[in-house]
Amino acid sequence: MSQFFNALVSKGFFGKRIRNGVHMFSLILFVVVIVCSVSNLLVPEQSIFYVSTYTITLLGKYLCFALLALSVDVVWGYCGVLSLGHGAFFALGGYGMGMYLMRQVGDRGVYGNPDLPDFMVFLDWTELPWYWFGMDQFWFAIAMAIFIPGLLAFVFGWLAFRSRVTGVYLSIMTQALTYALMLAFFRNEMGFGGNNGLTDFKEILHFDLQSNETRVGLFFLSALVLIIALLLSQKIMKSRFGRVVISIRDGESRARFLGYVTDHYKVALFVYSAVLAAFAGVLYVPQVGIINPSEFSPINSIEVVVWVAVGGRGTLYGAAVGALLVNYAKTKFTAVLPDGWLFALGALFVGVTLYLPNGIVGFFEQRISFLKGDSSRELDSFEVKDKKSVSEVEV
Amino acid sequence: MTSRMYTLLPQRDWFWWRILCTVILLCSIAVKPCFANSKDEKKEGYTLLESQQGVLQKGLQSDEELMVEYEHLIRQLPLANFKEKLALIEKIEQKGGQHAYDLLTSLLSGELYYLKKDPDILVYAKKYEGDEYQVKELGEESESKLLSKLDLKKIYKKVRTNNRVRKGIKLSIARLSLKSDSESNKINALKAMVLTIDPVTASAIESMYENERSGKVKEMMSIVLAVHTLKTSQDMTAVSSSKVNQAIVLLGDRLEIPVKNTLVEYKGFLEESEIQSDQKSQLLKELNKALTAIEEKNRFYVFVEKLFFGISLGSVLLLAAVGLSITFGVMGVINMAHGEMIMIGAYSTYVVQLIMPNFIGYSLLVAIPAAFLASAIVGIIIQQTVIRHLHGRPLETLLATFGISLLLRQAVRTIFSPLNRQVDQPDWMSGTLEINPVLSLTYNRLYIVAFSILVFIVLVFVIKKTSLGLNVRAVSQNRPMAKAMGVRTEWVDAMTFGLGSGVAGVAGVALSQLTNVGPNLGQAYIIDSFMVVVFGGVGNLLGTLVASFTLGVANKFIEPITGAVLANIVVLIFIILFIQKRPKGLFPQKGRAAE
Repeated sequence: MSQFFNALVSKGFFGKRIRNGVHMFSLILFVVVIVCSVSNLLVPEQSIFYVSTYTITLLGKYLCFALLALSVDVVWGYCGVLSLGHGAFFALGGYGMGMYLMRQVGDRGVYGNPDLPDFMVFLDWTELPWYWFGMDQFWFAIAMAIFIPGLLAFVFGWLAFRSRVTGVYLSIMTQALTYALMLAFFRNEMGFGGNNGLTDFKEILHFDLQSNETRVGLFFLSALVLIIALLLSQKIMKSRFGRVVISIRDGESRARFLGYVTDHYKVALFVYSAVLAAFAGVLYVPQVGIINPSEFSPINSIEVVVWVAVGGRGTLYGAAVGALLVNYAKTKFTAVLPDGWLFALGALFVGVTLYLPNGIVGFFEQRISFLKGDSSRELDSFEVKDKKSVSEVEV
Repeated sequence: MTSRMYTLLPQRDWFWWRILCTVILLCSIAVKPCFANSKDEKKEGYTLLESQQGVLQKGLQSDEELMVEYEHLIRQLPLANFKEKLALIEKIEQKGGQHAYDLLTSLLSGELYYLKKDPDILVYAKKYEGDEYQVKELGEESESKLLSKLDLKKIYKKVRTNNRVRKGIKLSIARLSLKSDSESNKINALKAMVLTIDPVTASAIESMYENERSGKVKEMMSIVLAVHTLKTSQDMTAVSSSKVNQAIVLLGDRLEIPVKNTLVEYKGFLEESEIQSDQKSQLLKELNKALTAIEEKNRFYVFVEKLFFGISLGSVLLLAAVGLSITFGVMGVINMAHGEMIMIGAYSTYVVQLIMPNFIGYSLLVAIPAAFLASAIVGIIIQQTVIRHLHGRPLETLLATFGISLLLRQAVRTIFSPLNRQVDQPDWMSGTLEINPVLSLTYNRLYIVAFSILVFIVLVFVIKKTSLGLNVRAVSQNRPMAKAMGVRTEWVDAMTFGLGSGVAGVAGVALSQLTNVGPNLGQAYIIDSFMVVVFGGVGNLLGTLVASFTLGVANKFIEPITGAVLANIVVLIFIILFIQKRPKGLFPQKGRAAE
């Protein structure tokens, strides 16, 4: 077994050296996605190799969650900024996409109004609010869906990091941020459908959202974006910028004393992370078919954090693994024992923080490097003991 | 104005006047039945003298006979049509006294049912809990029984009323309560009449006015009459303007809403009417004066009310946040399960009331220590099993305690139910302190404000004057140094956590009197409590006090302008901006301890 891992890690497939988990995960993901897509589109339905469209959509949803988890890992695992409000960026991106899809419905809504979405007709609105203009253009809608969360992250990050709000303070503030947004989006006056949110979409870029092909396409696209985000994030973290970010995580005061303007690094990273989360939201909404204010609820954001913790912080692909595993468990669990899930989730929070501080991936990576006898191999994830001593010094 | 009436009775004659009144009243009690039954053969020839001789005996007897007639009347109620019902109700009003009052009020609120098989049998059916109804037979001292809604509908039928009948019932009730002995009942009845005053009632009040001895009731009566004057003068312009003028002056500083409406209505009427005269402009001037005076007074009391609501919200926040502030200050960790400690306290109150259902009045006094202990024990268990092992890793502590909060909430859902539980309010906490028609403060909120300040003072005492407090302060200022000086920091951590959680439990007792007790009770307050701690500065009791009251009052003052949701958002944004200026809160720790 260990021999196999050894071979896998050091030599890899296709003669090309795959030196780290991100590459390996991306490769496996790519293969799985291709196989799934092909088995859905080309294999006949009665065959045992057929993958149902339901499964495809479910997997697509998981991939979006994996991307969201990756965005949290980027700031938490590499910069020590625990954001409990990433659900806000995710949902804002989702709302951007939802607005575009809503405009695409056109006059096929229940009320048949060509300009106004159903809920506006229902509320007796006579014209589109100004912020809905241009959202019928795909490129503009996507640009806004990415730009607005990025802007919010920039303003919030700039305000927070400049005044050196750190640690639990920052976590609480991010939680308050998403909470405030949730309250706001629940209001009908906001013009985003209030309680019910945006739903009842018909098509995206004139492709029917219900058709197999569109669903497989979205699934494939989600995987592609996830892989690109993984590789890009790894590139960033290996760069000079990434090294500074890690140094901020391990000792912010020291990094500052060495002359780095740590606020700028943190803001830039926070915005990058928010953009990733927004992409996840953009891809999530057409697959699920609804976006409503409950996506902003603080518990959603904090659940994302536990995915990252389960998978392993500071490894990038660990976050994705955690998101996939936990969500799969959630789907299975809620089907069998609906009441048990919250118990399981609560226990997961406590268990992972107490007994698995580096997550599943961290656990296995340590095993592997131990088996290889390669003690020099460094992990990007938190070294718990070191972190503890650092924080003791700072206190 | 009303004092003019008052002076009719010279002060020194008060005592004799009272005795005279009592005698008259006694006589009238005795006489009343014989007038009421004058058509009755047996009662004929009953003289005043006789009745005075045998007040007690005869009075009782006639009461009994009245009751028989009354019983007979109410038996007809279920099957009568609406028109007949109206007539019946009036008769019932005359015969029944207190019984009729009870009957009519329950008829009005739709709680009167009759047996389908035998319409002679009437029952009160009061909603008890959920779908259960408490059914009690009328008249007899029978045991009440519980029936589900379905069973109730199967066996009994509601005595139906329509709008006209209900109006008649209301009038009857008002008249009945005017006859009642208690001052407050009379005043309430009069207040109810202001809206629906008609010439019949007005003349009835006018006749009662002279005999009324309570000043307050007389004042209220004159108000009702003045409103009536304005209304009638609108209809026929027959009332002399001096009388109207008098009425306006009388109503000038009243806060009752119907009074104001009448004035506004009258003003509209005056402005529209064609007649031009000095009198009219004079009246308009008076009217405007009266209206602005009312407006000003109103505004002041609305301000006071808002302030009170703000303080009340602030005191709840104080209770919820002060425990959080202590644990955060000493251990540097955020306890996300703090809201669940509040929830445990609230459920302890519920359980205590289940254990002692006959002593609801005392249950709260038992619940306070019980909730403190329950939450403190749970808190210490959490600290010992989880938080202790995550020392020095605040973010992980946050996650772990969030997991615990999920576990506790789900546990409560499994043990009790996902539905809200009703915690009874003791009698001494319910009701309102009515200062005037615009401003009334509920007793439960008043008690909670007082209670939270009491808890705060006790906490300050514990922190400042006890050895535990000394240790707590030492550890929060400099943990390694305190340890070096021999302070058992582990023990202090556990005790602090227990104390903070216990206070949260006590907050739960208070909250159980304000809102429903459910698994999500704590969640509603937790984010606001965090804001209080962030705003006030960590581990600073005074900061928590100031911050919670500031946020509470600010919230309630922004709310009417922007709505409740936006008020929340505005406060959140304010705090985010505030910590730009002062990242360590209002009252940061100073000196080397701050680093």
